[in-house]
Amino acid sequence: MTTASDKPYLKLDHVGKSFTRAGVTSEVLKDVSLTIDRNEFVSIIGHSGCGKSTLLNLVAGLTQVSTGAVLLEEREVNSPGPDRAVVFQNHSLLPWLSVYANVRLGVDKVFGSKKTRAERHDWTMHNLELVQMAHAKDKRPSEISGGMKQRVGIARALAMEPKVLLLDEPFGALDALTRAHLQDSLMQIHASLGNTVIMITHDVDEAVLLSDRIVMMTNGPSARIGEVLTVELPRPRKRLEMAAHPTYLKARESVLRFLYERHRFVEAA
Amino acid sequence: MGLALLKSEASAQAAAASAKPAAAAAVVAFAAPRRSVSNRFRPVLRWVGFNVVPPLVTLAVMLLVWQILCDRPGATLPAPSVIWKEARDLIVSPFFDLGSQDIGLGWRVLVSLQRVAIGFGLAAVAGILMGSLIGQSEWAMRGLDPIFQVLRTVPPLAWLPIALAAFRDSQPSAIFVIFITAIWPIIINTAVGIRNIPQDYRNVAAVLRLNSFEFFWTIMLPSAAPYIFTGLRIGVGLSWLAIVAAEMLTGGVGIGFFIWDAWNSSRLPDIIVALAYIGLVGFALDRLVGALGSLVTRGASAS
Repeated sequence: MTTASDKPYLKLDHVGKSFTRAGVTSEVLKDVSLTIDRNEFVSIIGHSGCGKSTLLNLVAGLTQVSTGAVLLEEREVNSPGPDRAVVFQNHSLLPWLSVYANVRLGVDKVFGSKKTRAERHDWTMHNLELVQMAHAKDKRPSEISGGMKQRVGIARALAMEPKVLLLDEPFGALDALTRAHLQDSLMQIHASLGNTVIMITHDVDEAVLLSDRIVMMTNGPSARIGEVLTVELPRPRKRLEMAAHPTYLKARESVLRFLYERHRFVEAA
Repeated sequence: MGLALLKSEASAQAAAASAKPAAAAAVVAFAAPRRSVSNRFRPVLRWVGFNVVPPLVTLAVMLLVWQILCDRPGATLPAPSVIWKEARDLIVSPFFDLGSQDIGLGWRVLVSLQRVAIGFGLAAVAGILMGSLIGQSEWAMRGLDPIFQVLRTVPPLAWLPIALAAFRDSQPSAIFVIFITAIWPIIINTAVGIRNIPQDYRNVAAVLRLNSFEFFWTIMLPSAAPYIFTGLRIGVGLSWLAIVAAEMLTGGVGIGFFIWDAWNSSRLPDIIVALAYIGLVGFALDRLVGALGSLVTRGASAS
């Protein structure tokens, strides 16, 4: 899966980002370079405040790079768009729209001219079925659980058929059991659709279980990529089998070592 | 809001009522279903007891005190019994029509309401659009907000001479006074609502590449709706305040002019009946906009 092709699919080329507030400039990210292949699942892990969400927003185009460039299929990214759909940490479903209408909004926007009304309906339902939420299509976001909201958020992003799926700590606000369920669903979806995924996380197990590669960030300010770990685990991966798999444990250990030995989060101590 | 309160209270009553027979059913099993039928009316009765009886009692006490204070020779204001005697036609039949100026108060209120509907309707549309502009654009806010803050303190009637000079007719002038009175709270509340749209929703709109029209309809209006309806509710209250004053000066058949006319011909009982009409209609308008707001924004509360 990590075979390097001649043309990089998604490339972060010496990306840097600094914010200026009240005349004081603070550098959040410095010289981040990374290439991601088509169909690859990459996790970005680091302590809070290391700028991993900023990195995701740069790829999404929601914030602009200060230096360097983000290239998707060799074209520079500098504004948000449905080809880089985001699943937000707090689901960000529109509370006044039904589950169906939330997904349909994206479908209409992306495929409004390409698909007929019936096709768009089918495509919306197809994506809701993919995340097992078709049964709740007429409910409002306030009427479903946190895990379900996040499923709908994923359906909304998938329905835009993005080139890159961006997940910003998608399961961070969920309880452990729900999180495991959603991780399994995400693995299935990734296996069947072959999406290119960048996921921000602070959960070591989640990163190792789901990713082809794990990008570890150093602490901010001026955060950089500290290390990139390739997870050489065969797919499909089964949660229970992984728990005792030597490669899994080794990968887990090296991420933990990076986070807690070499780049200990000082403020958290 | 009133509706929601009513509902939640009723359901709480129902829960309390159904809890009782269940406890009794442990002892007398067959009695439970029969009791629940008679219990169906208990929540209604209790609601009436909680919400209708207290204001009626207060009203009765007020009328009694008023009667005692004014029912003597030399009293400057008419007692309730005098009002009933002299203005009964106005109280019992709001929709009689006996020629040009001898019509029921219901007709007069309708004429005033029509003016309010036009003025307030225009103010709602213009206010929401202006408020959206100010809420959305930093520069529009810097340029317009200070001016609006000054203009909104101008009393409604101070606009009337200017309106009369500009329109040269009393009807559009009265409507303009309503418009200019109602628009400020609508603008200001809409702007606050727009400024408070969560960044998350803006991000969603950005990723979907919604154009400004789509953003306005699908994100801005629903998200700011609770604020907008607060503004509309204040606005409709202010327009009702202003219409009476404006009509006193512009004439015509409105309820405001009726008061002025009654004062000029010393019909104090008529004035007091008109005041009751104005109060009740104002209350109804407020509740109407409030109910509309809670209906529209039912799904808009963030979760």
